[in-house]
Amino acid sequence: MEAFEILLNASFWVAAIRIASPLIFATMGELISERAGVLNLGIEGIMTVGAFVGWFTVYAGGGLWFGVCAAALAGAAFGLLHGFLTVPLGLSQHVTGIGITLLATSLTYFSYRLLLPEVTSPPKIEAFAPFAIPVLSDIPLIGPALFAQTPLTYLAFITVGIVAWGLYRTPAGLAVRVVGENPAAVEAQGISVTLIRMAAVATGSALMAIGGAFLTMSAFNSFFFEMINGRGWICIALVVFGSWRPGKALLGAILFAAFDAYQIRLQQVAGDLVPYQVFLMLPYILSILALIAVARRATYPKALMIPYQKGER
Amino acid sequence: MRLEPRETQSAAMTLAYPVGAIATTLVIASILVMLAGASPFNVFWLVLKGAAGSQFALIETLTRATPLIFTGLAVAVAFRARLWNIGAEAQLYIGAVITVVLGTGALPLPSAILIPVLTASVLLGGALVLLGPAFLKIQFGVDEVVTTLLLNFIVLLFVSMLLEGALKDPMGLGWPQSKRVIAEAQLPRLIQGKRLHFGFILALASAMITWFIMKKSTLGYEMRAVGHNPQAAAFAGIPVNRVLIKTALLSGGLASLAGYSEVAGLKGNLTLDLSPGYGYTGIVVAMLAMLNPAGVVAAAIFVAGIFVGADAMSRATNVPSYIAEVMVATALLTMVTAIMLSRYRIKWR
Amino acid sequence: MAIMKKDEAEPVLRLDGISIRFGDVVANDNISFELKEGEIVALLGENGAGKTSLMNILFGHYVADSGTVQAFGNSLPPGDPAAALTAGIGMVHQHFTLADQMSVLENIILGTEPLFSLRQNRAAARKRIKSLSTDFGLQVDPDSAITDLSVGERQRVEILKALYRDVRILILDEPTAVLTPGETEALFATLHKLVANGLSIIFISHKLHEVLAVSDRVIVLRGGKLVKTVPTGTATRSQLAGLMMGAELEETEFPGGEPRSVMLELSSITTQRSPGRPALDGIELRLSAGEITGVAGVSGNGQATLAAIIEGGQRPDKGTILINGEPQEGWSARRALACNIGRIPEDRHAIGMIGEMTVTENVISERYGSDRFSRYGILDQRACEEFAEAIIRDYDVKCPSPDIRVRLLSGGNMQKLILARAFDGNPEIILANQPTRGLDIGAVNYVHRKLIEARDKGAAILLISEDLDEIRALSDRIVVMSKGRLSPPSARGELSIAELGERMAGRGDVWEDQKSGGGKYAA
Repeated sequence: MEAFEILLNASFWVAAIRIASPLIFATMGELISERAGVLNLGIEGIMTVGAFVGWFTVYAGGGLWFGVCAAALAGAAFGLLHGFLTVPLGLSQHVTGIGITLLATSLTYFSYRLLLPEVTSPPKIEAFAPFAIPVLSDIPLIGPALFAQTPLTYLAFITVGIVAWGLYRTPAGLAVRVVGENPAAVEAQGISVTLIRMAAVATGSALMAIGGAFLTMSAFNSFFFEMINGRGWICIALVVFGSWRPGKALLGAILFAAFDAYQIRLQQVAGDLVPYQVFLMLPYILSILALIAVARRATYPKALMIPYQKGER
Repeated sequence: MRLEPRETQSAAMTLAYPVGAIATTLVIASILVMLAGASPFNVFWLVLKGAAGSQFALIETLTRATPLIFTGLAVAVAFRARLWNIGAEAQLYIGAVITVVLGTGALPLPSAILIPVLTASVLLGGALVLLGPAFLKIQFGVDEVVTTLLLNFIVLLFVSMLLEGALKDPMGLGWPQSKRVIAEAQLPRLIQGKRLHFGFILALASAMITWFIMKKSTLGYEMRAVGHNPQAAAFAGIPVNRVLIKTALLSGGLASLAGYSEVAGLKGNLTLDLSPGYGYTGIVVAMLAMLNPAGVVAAAIFVAGIFVGADAMSRATNVPSYIAEVMVATALLTMVTAIMLSRYRIKWR
Repeated sequence: MAIMKKDEAEPVLRLDGISIRFGDVVANDNISFELKEGEIVALLGENGAGKTSLMNILFGHYVADSGTVQAFGNSLPPGDPAAALTAGIGMVHQHFTLADQMSVLENIILGTEPLFSLRQNRAAARKRIKSLSTDFGLQVDPDSAITDLSVGERQRVEILKALYRDVRILILDEPTAVLTPGETEALFATLHKLVANGLSIIFISHKLHEVLAVSDRVIVLRGGKLVKTVPTGTATRSQLAGLMMGAELEETEFPGGEPRSVMLELSSITTQRSPGRPALDGIELRLSAGEITGVAGVSGNGQATLAAIIEGGQRPDKGTILINGEPQEGWSARRALACNIGRIPEDRHAIGMIGEMTVTENVISERYGSDRFSRYGILDQRACEEFAEAIIRDYDVKCPSPDIRVRLLSGGNMQKLILARAFDGNPEIILANQPTRGLDIGAVNYVHRKLIEARDKGAAILLISEDLDEIRALSDRIVVMSKGRLSPPSARGELSIAELGERMAGRGDVWEDQKSGGGKYAA
């Protein structure tokens, strides 16, 4: 029965929402990019960059929000590189994305070693503190989970709202959706395909970087190697699972995070019976199963991964 | 800006663009080196010396190139048929697991039989690892990029579980490591007392066989057709799904040989740090080689040289050895750009 | 709105000395003309005459190598569709530029508001679309998704896109290619309403009767050059045809064939609808040796599915395929090839050839596994190359070497390779799906001759084409496809164009009879 009681525990839901937050940022980032027709496999590396830049900015004396902005800018820079290589140059989005991940990760590690040559254990920073919203945070169970988190978690949820509203209710969002469906339609209406796609990839990459920064600035409070640990790849699965829709993707991220939080707690309950690695594997296996479940029904953005040449139709 | 296909491709151009890519990589690396407060010329000289400046350095480079040839071939074969196998890392570890399961005494056979048996088992095991994602792609349309990437994490946790459980060496002082493979299972050293082992020969042979398959066989022909245009291939009666399955088996098998060769040729046992990302670096190797199996050997030696050289260099300067990873990743991006520019011309209008 | 008399009207558009080359091909060679207010100008020319590239320059998709475009007295900056739109030029592309998953409304308002404004006024947009629809006879529901619309409705959306922007000049690129004769009439009515409201229209076509029916003036292009401008009132069909093709029209009369035994029979073939593959409903078809059967009809009525079934790309949900009277099990492309079916696919770039592979690799693609080209899974390089060289020689393919990538060949030469591959081994059954689409006149004649030759050697040929003239010229029997069903066959010359048009639109008693009669009219 212990396994079920976990679900009624407020601290479990607090953890679930905390685990979900970086995934929400990065999933929204990948979603924008893919909606514009560009698969961004640079996500894992861009999250690494964001985690490091955000953390180091604060470590070097910058403010917390300044750190978030710095992370976003660094992410956008890599996004522009990915966009330049895949949109006007039309290089393979798979290969370029992997290249961006390798480059971003190695540059981060290089910079870390260069900037902190002496450290043996990674230094901690004064990170974002939880901020309880009065009244709302007193609601049992969901109060602490949703209304006593750090400001970055609130920002994650606000981001989903902005992305959804932006995609479905603004001219720019319409252009992004159409460019991922049929770029010729965008060009025929006098809008530059390159501009829209590059802007979408850069914006998406900025969000991915903030997702990475969440880990160092709102969860672990320090930077260490391989800390992204496949979260970026999970987000790619979450975008598919959410059928390229912000709301569904948010739901997917929370479900996934709840499952992750659950397996951590289950480990403590059943740790003696089953090796802990089995629990750690479960989130990855779950992602694959989720992909299988939705793959048949998923309606891909039609132009995803197809480069566009001006005047081509 | 528009891209126009070039109608001809002169020999000078096919050479000039890759050279340009490497030059660009060096320029970018120079900037980083200068940021680290060192002189680029000194650093590159040290890298070169560390990679090829002595017999020891050369042997070390070839040793390091061995697993990269296998993973590079695996990626080259898969990408040729546009099967995006990003999971060479997982296949490598499965190869290593099979090596220790069968090679630590379970099969008491003489070398001449045991080594071929191990090779075959490892090939089969790695092939089966990639079969899963290939099947999901064909049957359900699940993108193999994501499944192979996620499988890397699953397999690594699986290996970790084995090393703390079933495969744990009781004499290992509590470290998560396997028992050592028996002497009969070991791949012999090529030079007495040096680290270069028979795995390198196996890698060269694999490259030759792969080259032959890709260039001369009907299977290679089918793989190229499926990779360039699956609809047209299907129209011509090429069994696209069957070709993808065969590609997956070949690619997964090749990658797993890397794990076999590392355990049975070099390390002797399996640990969690067997591969410092050879699976991912294999992608770079394959792309630098333009997916040509013969080129994979050269590209693997080049990339291994950068890693080995950078290790030596960073011991002598304050430039972090991660410069090697940066250079390799940069080379990948500049190289794919160069290949594109050699085939298309940019019209700035 | 006050309308000036046409001959007094100022030019609204002026093209001056436009030239553009693609590689070695001169697509437009120093073309100049003017468009006056309230006028419909037809741009007439064969495929490859340079009509579409000229319009793409005008609209800013391409940048001309030289020459200028002026709209309402102002020069247009080259390569900028946005500037063309702002100047009041709208274009309805031959291949629609619509996003299928989005609504009609969304497709229309895209790009009409400042990109980074924070809100959209959809209610106002909807109202305006509705009023434009009623004014110009362009009925379509603003809130339906494009994917649910018929081809004719999609074209209306394309026209609405332009009207919504208050364009003064409308370019229509081959607008009737996808319409039934009835829909074409409705389109012409809309065009006349538009010019009555002061718009000016450029109408691109290669169909003579349409050009004569709708335009005020005809500009004829040939081989990238402007040949002549003729007022429609004084033009005749044969004059235009002569200008278009460079010689007086020579209506080639092909002799009829002599039908022999039935080679291929489709019996009550039925399929479900799937993306890009409309449904088929109880298809009955018999192809006899020594006979060409033509399938007429507007694209999208099931021809692609019918072709896919004969090619072996799709299996029917119900019904039987009989080859030489033998029912086929496990139907596939390989089976189709083994049954000696030669196949000319609809889209030579996407399906017929692999552009990134060499001529040699492409011509062996249907037979690389046979003893002729490989042993024990190893390709016989020499045999493959000799085969390719023989094809290049016999079919007069213009290409420097068999090692060149097919992507670099012209459409006509690519089609020759496909013909050579399909005709290798003297196929008993031939499927020719849009075999001359996009080819220049010389290549078209070549393909026609080859098909007749194959028929006379005894092949049973199924010719699917959108071009009614082609169907009528080549076919011994004609069947019409509409909404996934096939009409009973009629002999060559038995039905007039108008009668065929009725059948293409799904009208006439033949459809009703077939429904009740089952196999009664089996073709």
